[in-house]
Parts: sequence; C-alpha cells; structure tokens
Amino acid sequence: MITRFSVLQRWLHWLMAVMVIAMLFIGIGMVSTVQPRFGTLVAVHRPLGIAILLLAMVRLAVRWRRGTPPLPAWQTFGAKASHVLLYALLLAMPLIGWSMLSAGGYPIVLWGPLRLPAIMPHDDSLYAVLRGAHTVLALLLFATILLHLAAALFHALARRDGVFASMVPFASRNTPVGPKLG
Amino acid sequence: MSLKRILGASRPLGGPLAIIVLVVGASAAAFAYTAGWFSPARLTPERIVDALSRRGGAPIGHRRNHSKGICFTGTFVAGGEGAHWSTAPMLAQGSYPVIGRFAIAVGNPLAPDAAGRVRSMAIRIVAGGQEWRSGMNNSPVFVVATPQAFYEQALASDIDPAAGKPDPTALKRFRAAHPETAGFFRWAANAPWTTSYADQRYNSLNAFRFIDASGVAHPARWSMIPQTAAQTITPEQRKALGPNFLAADLKRRLAKGPLRWRMVATLAQPGDPTNDATRAWPADRPVVTLGTLVVKRAEDEASGPCRDYNYDPLILPSGISGSDDPLLAARSATYAVSFDRRMAEARQYPRDGRSQ
Repeated sequence: MITRFSVLQRWLHWLMAVMVIAMLFIGIGMVSTVQPRFGTLVAVHRPLGIAILLLAMVRLAVRWRRGTPPLPAWQTFGAKASHVLLYALLLAMPLIGWSMLSAGGYPIVLWGPLRLPAIMPHDDSLYAVLRGAHTVLALLLFATILLHLAAALFHALARRDGVFASMVPFASRNTPVGPKLG
Repeated sequence: MSLKRILGASRPLGGPLAIIVLVVGASAAAFAYTAGWFSPARLTPERIVDALSRRGGAPIGHRRNHSKGICFTGTFVAGGEGAHWSTAPMLAQGSYPVIGRFAIAVGNPLAPDAAGRVRSMAIRIVAGGQEWRSGMNNSPVFVVATPQAFYEQALASDIDPAAGKPDPTALKRFRAAHPETAGFFRWAANAPWTTSYADQRYNSLNAFRFIDASGVAHPARWSMIPQTAAQTITPEQRKALGPNFLAADLKRRLAKGPLRWRMVATLAQPGDPTNDATRAWPADRPVVTLGTLVVKRAEDEASGPCRDYNYDPLILPSGISGSDDPLLAARSATYAVSFDRRMAEARQYPRDGRSQ
C-alpha cells in the first residue's frame, strides 16, 4: 500500500502551491493598482496561468497513474470534496482567463512574439460572464486553499497522523509516514 | 464526546488551534492588504473610472472617457523604414488591416461635438498574429504627468449633484495646483478649431520603447500627421455647428475617397523626458516615417467593429514596449475597468443604436 505521495507528486504539489498563491496575489494586486507594477503583474499573470494549467494536467495524470495514500476514514468525504474543488479550480481558472481574453478580443500574450489562439468567440456578454466568474472563482480558490492549509496544519500539529508527512517534500526516514488508519 | 475526540486529535487542542488561526488569519490579511481592502485611500482603477463616469450624461454601456466616437476601418501601409528601429511585425514593409476609432475626450456619449476640445484616434493594427493598439490625442502634450493628477482633474470635472454642473472653481483650483498642465491649457486656449477628425494630428504623448533586431531600445513617441488640409473656423462658426458635425464630416469625406495620415516616430535623445507626457521633446529630434494609415470606411460605434475592443496602450507587439511613463500602466489598468463595465452593460447600448 502507498503511504506517501511520490517524489514527483510532492514536488508538483509544492511547486504549484507557490505558483498558485503567487498567482492569486498577483491577480488581486494587479486589479487594484494603477502603479507601474501593473504592467509587470499582468505580463507575469498570463504565462504563469498557462503554466499552472499545464502542471495541473500533468498532476492529474500522475495521480491517476500512481494513486494517492489513503486518508483516515473519519474525514474522507470532506478531504475528497475539497480536493476535487481544488483540482477543478486549478483547471478552470486558467481556462476561464484564456476564454475571457478571447471573448474580450484581447491578444493572449505569453512572452516575446508568442501568442495563444482565441478559444472563444469575441462577444461582449460572454466576456462579461467570464470576467465575473474569474474574480468570484479566484476568491473561492483562495478560500479553499486557506481551508486546505488549516486542515494540513491540523493533521501536522494536532492529529500527527502522517497525513501531512505524506506530502512533506523532504521527510527523514524516521518520521512516521503514511496515515494511521482507523 | 469532546471536540478533541471528534477531531481525532492525539494531543491538547489549544496550541495547534492557535497556530492554525494565526497562520490562516495572517494569510487572509495579507491577501486583503494586497487587494487594497485595508487601504481606502489607495488610487485604484475603479476610483478613476468612477470619477470619469460622473462628468455628465449617462455613459452606461459606453467608454467612460472619450465616450463619444465613431469606428473606422482601413489599412496601415508600412514603408519598412521603422523596421530599422523595431522588430514589430507591422513595421516591416507591407500592408496590414486596421480597426480604429475617432472620438472626443468627453464623459458623455451624447455631448455636442463642440464640447470636445481634445479629439482622439485609436488604432489596432494586426500583423503576424500580433497586435499594436494605440490611443492618440490631437494635443501636442498631455494635460498631466501622473495618475494621481489625472484623478484630481477628473474629480474637478465631476458634476456637483446639487448644482447639476461642475463646480466652476474646482478646475481653476486644479490648474493652480498643477503647473505642469500649463502647456496643455495653452494649446487648448489657442489652437485653431476645425470641423473634422481628418485634418488633425494625433500624438501618442506617452513615450514607448522601440526594440531593434539587436535588442537595443530606442525611446520613441509616435504621431499621425494628417494629409488633409485643415480648415479652421471662428468661435462664432463653432457655436453654429450641429451636435454631430464630426461624424457627418467624416462620412462625407470618406464617401469621396480614403483619408490618409503619415505615421511617424520621433526618437528621443539621451536626457529627453520619457516619464513626463506634459513635456514635449525638442523639435529637432529625428523623425522616422513608419508608413501611411489609410482610413477607408466609417461606421457608427453602436454596431461598428471598434465597439468591443479596448484600445489599451500596453497591448503592443514584440519590438515595442512601454516606457517609464507612469501614465501607461494607469491607462492600461483604467481602460480595463472601463471595458469590463461596459461589456457587462452591453444590453443598455444595443447594437442597432436605438438607445441613442
């Protein structure tokens, strides 16, 4: 039985954690400033979002192939629901951003001369819906991440059941690994 | 059953819960701070757009500035000279499609054309899968140098709800507090009026950077120089004009044939200000002819092709980038909010223009 996430899974998790949290702060910061950093933040936001989309797809594929350590039974439902929500938002947010720029008639600039094609028709009402969804879902994603963080810390500090250890990037061989079941 | 047992904790809960509340609370607070929720005094694009939206009329569904305009289509014919200074694909010799817009710098989409001292041209040139968008004004310098001053000017132009018109002393106080506006207001007071979009010179005002093939940056401002002779009018003649003389003039001229502008880039010398749009560069700076803009067709904005584009000045091709001019980021951020609002209000500006 698997007791820990694989090295690849752990590294993907922590890399994406940094990227997604940076992305949320960049996003909320850029829409509330008129300072020169606005341009830089927007320029980072787009390629970072596409990178998160690609990594989320890689992560789902790895998860599907390798599986995950089992979670203690008492909280399986809540954990699974929040993980489904996290994965759904990690995929949806970049896709909505890309769609939104397409519907707004914006070029989807990555870097240098590289542009992504439009994936939605140029349409005012569609743009408005997607633009609203991008903000609402970003706030939901941040709230879900806070919940995930609280749960992870609870496992690490209060339950000490190995759930947190199963995702720690560098764990010594002596740390208890794998959840204690039952 | 105790909370501790329900949560399956193996140790006392107090310490861990305190740490969790602290970590989650600090994360949420950092997010709220970044969002500006603790900083009501922060100048945000929302506040600028709010101030621009209170200058009279109902700009619902419309751009919050330069609210009254007309779409045009045409081509940009690049001569190739600009390719020496920038790798932008639309500066390589060739002909590229343009969707543009002429407008007057007012906040009311129903304002009479004579209310618009500043006329503008916006362009979107597409080449090689890339876009160059630009909004240019007919004044030789911009009125302010910073986003904060722009916001103060918008506030000074806002309608006082009690009086039904702007506070007449507010703009005077603004001008007194901002001596950098003198160049613009001198132009506004003295430049001759005409009855056409076609005979105006439009200037980027903000500085940009042209990047050449070897990666060297050349600070530049660009302009559209009209190939149509200006016919000036007296203030008395101006008062006798109808409310929509600019659109009528444009359509009348285009019915006879295309209108042309020579597009030029003025290159800065070391020491020329790139971060202050209120200061012109000396007249002897080298000027590069980039090509000719050929305007062929005008269409009313309600159902025209320019309506659903945001002429964000930071939508640039590779080979052109923004400068250290602080207005550029502020324009980009503010146009985005104006665009978001009017797209959400699209039903109130129907495509057949019946709301007009």
